[in-house]
Amino acid sequence: MTAALYVPGAGPVHRAPAGLKLGLLAALAVGLFVADRLEVVAGALAGVLLIGLGVARLPGRALLAQVRPVWPWLLALLAFHLVFTGWHTGTVVVLRLLALVTAAAVVTATTRVTALVAVVEWLARPLAVFGVRPARIGLVIAMTLRFIPLIAERAQRIREAQAARGADGFRFQALVPLLIQVLRLAHTLGEALDARGADAPAPSPRRAGASAP
Amino acid sequence: MREVAHDYGERAVLRDVSLTLAEHRVGVVGANGSGKSTFARLLNGLVVPTSGTVLVDGLDTRTQLREVRRRVGFVFQDPDAQIVHPTVAEDVEFGLTNLGVPPQERARRVEEVLVRYGLAGHRDHPAHLLSGGQKQLLAIAGVLVMGPQRVVFDEPTTLLDLANTRRVARVIDELEHDVVVVTHQLDLLAGFDRVLVFDDGRVAADGTPAETVRWYVDRMS
Repeated sequence: MTAALYVPGAGPVHRAPAGLKLGLLAALAVGLFVADRLEVVAGALAGVLLIGLGVARLPGRALLAQVRPVWPWLLALLAFHLVFTGWHTGTVVVLRLLALVTAAAVVTATTRVTALVAVVEWLARPLAVFGVRPARIGLVIAMTLRFIPLIAERAQRIREAQAARGADGFRFQALVPLLIQVLRLAHTLGEALDARGADAPAPSPRRAGASAP
Repeated sequence: MREVAHDYGERAVLRDVSLTLAEHRVGVVGANGSGKSTFARLLNGLVVPTSGTVLVDGLDTRTQLREVRRRVGFVFQDPDAQIVHPTVAEDVEFGLTNLGVPPQERARRVEEVLVRYGLAGHRDHPAHLLSGGQKQLLAIAGVLVMGPQRVVFDEPTTLLDLANTRRVARVIDELEHDVVVVTHQLDLLAGFDRVLVFDDGRVAADGTPAETVRWYVDRMS
């Protein structure tokens, strides 16, 4: 939860435009779900690892940190398929998802959040005719990435405070102080956004001049 | 600030406050709930008074809010509540993007403040992994990069240890901007030009740090 998403670097993968990387990721996703041959899916995973570890020179632990949370699901899927469909389908399904999650991890580890957000804002530009402000969508995404670890940290503090008073394990009551803290945080955050000019309706150069990132 | 009063529902938090701040460094102290944070928020239009008028360089915070906020930066007590982007450099850049600063100019100004506040080595670090002191410096950098003429600090050292408190105090001390600092740490106010003491929504004392801090300490004893 507290792992860093972006890993600084200056290689070709880092320098590639965020839009291109997201486009290739989407194409890979489609390709992987069309392909059902084991060697194709395994080759895709090997290719993704080659790009991530070899070309982008990402540390293995950075990718592992992103992939680790899905391991239980992959194992459960494998077990399901071993029982109901057979090892071939199970292996293809697991390798397919693993390749996709790893590729997504490579993209996020080599792309700054602002660059990813700029792509989302560019994609959302047609929605402006319906009154949607693309910059707001981008801000929401950036803030989500920023506040997930912060809220997890605050939840952990509440758990520790409860444990210090003899209440071990998860307590439903922990949600109440967490909710109060999050609401207070949201109030101050709203003020901070105002103070830092986030309410400005005028288009900024990035927004106004945004071509395909 | 003329005849300013502010209520939160039934609760009056400021009553009949009239004053002019012309000094370089102004400190604000007072007990919890005395109205000092609301007073600070009035200065850049985060709070609009229920009655009365707040003028910044002749600009009314009620009607010329955007221009007031360009001139007056605001640093909050909890830096976690004002850091909105996941990494350090991206967060500093946020305010400049909102101001419509061109990308090359943004990059130059971000680099400048990161170096000035010792954050250049943390450019791509996740903000949530910084220490408390570094987070507060990041919050200050994110405000100062926008080029305000005045900065309001609302209890900027309350959540910090001694070393980081001194570090932030040094940063405030070195600023050329006019500053208003709301604080409970009275030693932070040494060398200030003027200190206001708030009590029950009114300015109860107003003068040099030596006079007002002594008055405040006696009153709190």
